[in-house]
Amino acid sequence: MLDTKFTPQTWPEHPEQVTQEGKNKYVGIWIFICSDIVLFASLFATYISLRNRGPAGMEFTSQELFELPLAFVMTMFLLTSSLTSVIAMYHLKNYNFKGVQLWTLATVLLGLGFLALEIYEFYHYVHIGFGYTQSAFSSAFFTLVGTHGLHVIIGLVWMLCLVFRNAKRGLNLYNAPKYFVASIYWHFIDVVWVFIFTVVYLMGVLG
Amino acid sequence: MSSVAVTKKKGVGAVIWDYLTTVDHKKLAVLYLFSGLLFFAIAGFEALLMRIQLMFPNSDFISAGTFNELLTMHGTTMLFLAATPLLFAFMNMVVPLQIGARDVAFPFLNSLGFWLFFLGATFLHLSFFMGGAPDAGWTSYASLSLYSPGHGIDFYVLGLQISGAGTLISAINFIVTIITMRAPGMTFMRLPLFTWTTLISSTLILFAFPPLTVGLFLMLVDRMFDANFFDHTMGGNTIIWEHLFWIFGHPEVYILILPAFGLFSEIIPVFARKRLFGYSSMVFATILIGFLGFMVWAHHMFTVGLGATANAIFAIATMAIAVPTGMKVFNWILTIWGGSIKVTVPMIYALGFIPSFVAGGVTGVMQATAPLDYQLHDSYFIVAHFHYVIVGGIVTAIFASFHFYWPLLFNRALNEKLGYLTFWIFFTGFHLTFFVQHFLGLMGMPRRVFTYMEGQGWDLFNFISSIGAIMMAVGVLLMVVNMLLSIKSKPVNCRDYWGDGRSLEWAIQTPIPFYNFKQLPLIRGFDAYWIEKQEGNTEGMTYAEPLGDIHMPNNSILPFIMSLGLFIAAFGALYHPDGVSWSIPVMVIGLGITVLAMIIRSVKDDLGYHLHKEEILAIEEELYGKGGNN
Amino acid sequence: MSHDTEIQGRSQAEYEFGRRKSAEKMRKQVINFAIMIFLTFIAFATVVADFAPTFIKPIILLLAGIQVVLQLYSFMHMDEKEAPYIGVISTFVWVGAIIAFTFFLAFNTIIWW
Repeated sequence: MLDTKFTPQTWPEHPEQVTQEGKNKYVGIWIFICSDIVLFASLFATYISLRNRGPAGMEFTSQELFELPLAFVMTMFLLTSSLTSVIAMYHLKNYNFKGVQLWTLATVLLGLGFLALEIYEFYHYVHIGFGYTQSAFSSAFFTLVGTHGLHVIIGLVWMLCLVFRNAKRGLNLYNAPKYFVASIYWHFIDVVWVFIFTVVYLMGVLG
Repeated sequence: MSSVAVTKKKGVGAVIWDYLTTVDHKKLAVLYLFSGLLFFAIAGFEALLMRIQLMFPNSDFISAGTFNELLTMHGTTMLFLAATPLLFAFMNMVVPLQIGARDVAFPFLNSLGFWLFFLGATFLHLSFFMGGAPDAGWTSYASLSLYSPGHGIDFYVLGLQISGAGTLISAINFIVTIITMRAPGMTFMRLPLFTWTTLISSTLILFAFPPLTVGLFLMLVDRMFDANFFDHTMGGNTIIWEHLFWIFGHPEVYILILPAFGLFSEIIPVFARKRLFGYSSMVFATILIGFLGFMVWAHHMFTVGLGATANAIFAIATMAIAVPTGMKVFNWILTIWGGSIKVTVPMIYALGFIPSFVAGGVTGVMQATAPLDYQLHDSYFIVAHFHYVIVGGIVTAIFASFHFYWPLLFNRALNEKLGYLTFWIFFTGFHLTFFVQHFLGLMGMPRRVFTYMEGQGWDLFNFISSIGAIMMAVGVLLMVVNMLLSIKSKPVNCRDYWGDGRSLEWAIQTPIPFYNFKQLPLIRGFDAYWIEKQEGNTEGMTYAEPLGDIHMPNNSILPFIMSLGLFIAAFGALYHPDGVSWSIPVMVIGLGITVLAMIIRSVKDDLGYHLHKEEILAIEEELYGKGGNN
Repeated sequence: MSHDTEIQGRSQAEYEFGRRKSAEKMRKQVINFAIMIFLTFIAFATVVADFAPTFIKPIILLLAGIQVVLQLYSFMHMDEKEAPYIGVISTFVWVGAIIAFTFFLAFNTIIWW
């Protein structure tokens, strides 16, 4: 099936759902995301109950600690990367391999930008004394946001592997589901970030 | 790859390599079965030691510290490492056959799930030889376990983290398999009940294991990397652990009991020779139990002091679960009612299961009454309750299924006479052990104590209980003897061993070829095989496709290597708080191995191979003689 | 477990129709993206503008909820009714969401100090 050559005309309308393997992957990533929803829910719940808790006389509070403009820029990076990922899927359906590669790479770049800002943010916090072991609040904050960051890293490595591995071979029904599934996973990371932005940063600043 | 010999003799090395690399759901079922049995025996032995210690007052057979380790490891092992894999063995074996699939949706992940589970379990058990087992109970409450000296709790956290990841992966695999791999015509409302309960219990794993993962991770960083989630001096709160643990822990008991319900729902109609009564209400009850199972976790925490409102809500939700469970019990009884009953070993287990499980369920409703729970909490009444549910429900289901599915698993049958003897010894022992514990609890004997003073009226009941435990141990030994004897017995080589099989798994002739179905079946209704039999179809199924090439997945050693990497990394994390210089490098090497194996997996194409028509015919002829499977 | 599939060519009309459909979908997705950016900005602005917290909190949670639904149904293709097993998938997702919400509720109410 790797040898089948396609034209835009013969390329199926839903290339990710044509093979049994593709259907399995498609359902599988969704089921995995469901378990990830609950994973993040547990982390969010823990964070909410530990917010602003620390040893007696702790100087850090979420009101003073978080910088909204930075978080806002990070949100913009991640939201835009969601759009580029959607565009890549548009090209996938139209059998435009160059478009797929290009927009997936754009997604990776935006994701890297997000990651750089997050690393800067963490570095900044540790620098002013808000380290991982400083208080229950800091442990919960770094665990929640760090788990999201880990998901971002996994997503980036995943998409880079796809782009490089398939650079020479073009689109076929074996790798089309892989691109699609990676894209869904990337959107999920964005969904989680929407909540982190709202619950951790916006509501943190509100107090 | 494509020249496959099925029955050729192979060397020991080749067999081991075959099992290390296999992705075949039937071989993985066998692996799950034997590792589950191993851990079942270990945990049973621990229980026996505890019961010997408690046989007489003021006994000094084992020390208090050892007793704590034994009770912790008994609970942890039985729930995570014995009951779960044994049920997974049947799920792996039976579900693809019941839905008419050639394998699970992700054979590679199936193998990965097993090896993660197995190496995680091995890691946990290494604690006995490496400075002490965990000793804070299977619940491992943070206020106790954070201050437990030595590495016991670290073994618990890391071992369960690894094996939990394996369980989660397997669950995702089962869910996807049941959603996407059903044969043509197998609609959701035609699924056999064991497949339904597998689906629901996998869904519970899907939603319940992430909180456990989070809880264990918080414990891990608290103990090994100085985080402050549970340390109140740093702003932490130990109640968080209790919530996370029970959010997982309560669904966990439904994760185990639902497949047991499913197994009995397969066994009872076969031997009552009657269609399962109230199929759709059974399905509905299963879903309802699964959903309610998530909304009741705080009934384990009534005495923590959540307040009257929270206690009332959770008490009512808990009692509500009795309704769908009652539906199930009545459906089983009404299936038996008016049936032409054939008493066999699996059936007698089923008949013993119904009253025992109801007894366990009724004491459960008693504890759901929050005010009464203040009295019963942490007493032997609780011990009696959950053992009635677990032994009376899950263990009887597993033993019944050993007999019921042994012909499918190994093409051999277990001895019936020995089976009856096992049942009566085990069943009597079980009731002797746990029935009197209700009274011990009501008399005030607390659970998890390593000894007690004489003259409190507890001596006789404890003695009876210990005698019962010894009988249970004899029963399990007889079961193992029966399994060993079956190696020597004649292969059954037949289709529908019990003569009254109803669902699709009985339509295949044993020994089952590794591709299961040479042609995918067409499902024409609930109890697919029964329908075909009624219409005089000697082949057992109507085919949905002509005989053609079959696509099969490749074997792979990568799942084992990935799991091994995590196993190695766990040692690094374990010794990190000791300040040894090699802890970080070992962690990096271990995780490196895992990541490398993952990258190899994603970069190398794994397209599987095709089994050609002629080869299939040759295999069928070799297995079933001339004419193949007809 | 099969990679095999029958490849059917589409007629010129079908092909053009498919193209138009996906172009239309793309357009909708870009609009949804603009809405999401806008909602994020509103949430950001209400917080910066310093309204009363009791007023802002429900608003920003609602905005987050809308964004998530847009993501799920538009970007993650849950709106494709013809996709295989999409009904089962959305059941799983919403059950997961309900359970996740229970955790929020519990940790907000029955963890105390």
